[in-house]
Amino acid sequence: MKRDIGVTVNGRRYEARVEPRRLLSDFLRDTLGLTGTHVGCEHGVCGACTILINGDSVRSCLTLAVRVDGMEIVTVEGLGSPDQLNALQSEFREKHGLQCGFCTPGMLITGMDLLKKYPLASDQEIREGLSGNLCRCTGYQNIVAAIRAVARLRNGSAT
Amino acid sequence: MKPAAFDYVVPDSLEAAVQALAAANGDGKVMAGGQSLMPLLNFRMTRPSIVVDLMRIPGLSSIELKSDTVSIGALTRHADLEFSHLIAARLPVMAAAMPHVAHLAIRNRGTIGGSLSHADPAAELPMLAVFYGATIKAQGPNGRREIPAEEFFISALTNCLEPEEIVFEIDFPVLKAHIGWAFEEVARRFGDFALACIAVSFELRDGRIADARVAVMGVADTPRRLREAEDAVRGAQRGGETAARFAEVVRSCVSPSDDIHFSAEYRKNLIGALAEKAFMAAWARAVGEKP
Repeated sequence: MKRDIGVTVNGRRYEARVEPRRLLSDFLRDTLGLTGTHVGCEHGVCGACTILINGDSVRSCLTLAVRVDGMEIVTVEGLGSPDQLNALQSEFREKHGLQCGFCTPGMLITGMDLLKKYPLASDQEIREGLSGNLCRCTGYQNIVAAIRAVARLRNGSAT
Repeated sequence: MKPAAFDYVVPDSLEAAVQALAAANGDGKVMAGGQSLMPLLNFRMTRPSIVVDLMRIPGLSSIELKSDTVSIGALTRHADLEFSHLIAARLPVMAAAMPHVAHLAIRNRGTIGGSLSHADPAAELPMLAVFYGATIKAQGPNGRREIPAEEFFISALTNCLEPEEIVFEIDFPVLKAHIGWAFEEVARRFGDFALACIAVSFELRDGRIADARVAVMGVADTPRRLREAEDAVRGAQRGGETAARFAEVVRSCVSPSDDIHFSAEYRKNLIGALAEKAFMAAWARAVGEKP
């Protein structure tokens, strides 16, 4: 039986009727047309579909859409715009932190949550924080460099 | 893949959740954080007729100190444990283990009650429950019961609960006198399930171990407390030889099996190496050195 949900995504309110088995990743992409969230493995291993729910990074493929009724979601589309990238997006561009771009939405969202919750004082800490996000271009060096740059700015030292 | 269709209920009390499960005649699944259940649903490895979602039940996500016990509500998220000052102060081995539990996005959703109920033999929280001698409290149609952690885990992915019972709280005794402790784990990728893992803690009296606690995982189909190793180190003094002897006892206590990733021999050696490392680190901590 379908259920009504109301959810805020990137500051905009949406009302929808969803089947309980509907994955949040599919809801975002197919129902709302927000295809910035990428779907890789669909079992929580690759990290591509990571989004923010009430400020915390979460795998949207491991979340039922019915569960986010009343919650606030941010997807990669909500981080910045092409004209106005946020600090982390700017550093991804600056440091060439993406190649094919498939993993990038998940990397950015995970990076935002890591920056919020951890000191990220060393590359090891950044790498451990990113261990749940796979990049098959294997471009990790530049992703780490981008996050390091934002962490250092935030921690008050030059890059 | 996508889950097969299921009915979905969101009860607002534990009693209502138990009733919904009982009505499903063994074909219901409880969802807490969903981080183990969702992959199984997506792969259709499980196809329940009904999913009973606990997320709206109030009062199940607290971390409280009650004299010498830390009581943790079943819906407490891994990230809440990871960042809790109370856990850091009273259950330091748990605090050290939490960053190893999957990845941040999983820790933001996964719950302790869910992890224990899922009973993965290579997951940290079941092992911590066994290590601390936790009491797991469950509610069923006939009321509540308390289950010692060592009796809770039956085999891989199998616990002792009846189909309509739900874990609602877990009590972890504080090992107050255990000033030496260590947690060592090896996984192929940081955050993945452990290949082998050991937790050690002990109390010192006059430079000798007066009381010890040892638990391992990844080397059997459930996490295990190693009383033989605990007995063997009682009275031991600091030193590389003692650490090597401890490692030998730990190795002799476990009999892992071969799997597609690693040989039994490798896991056995690994747990020995981790035991030695943990022993030295615990001792360093006990005497105020950097582990």
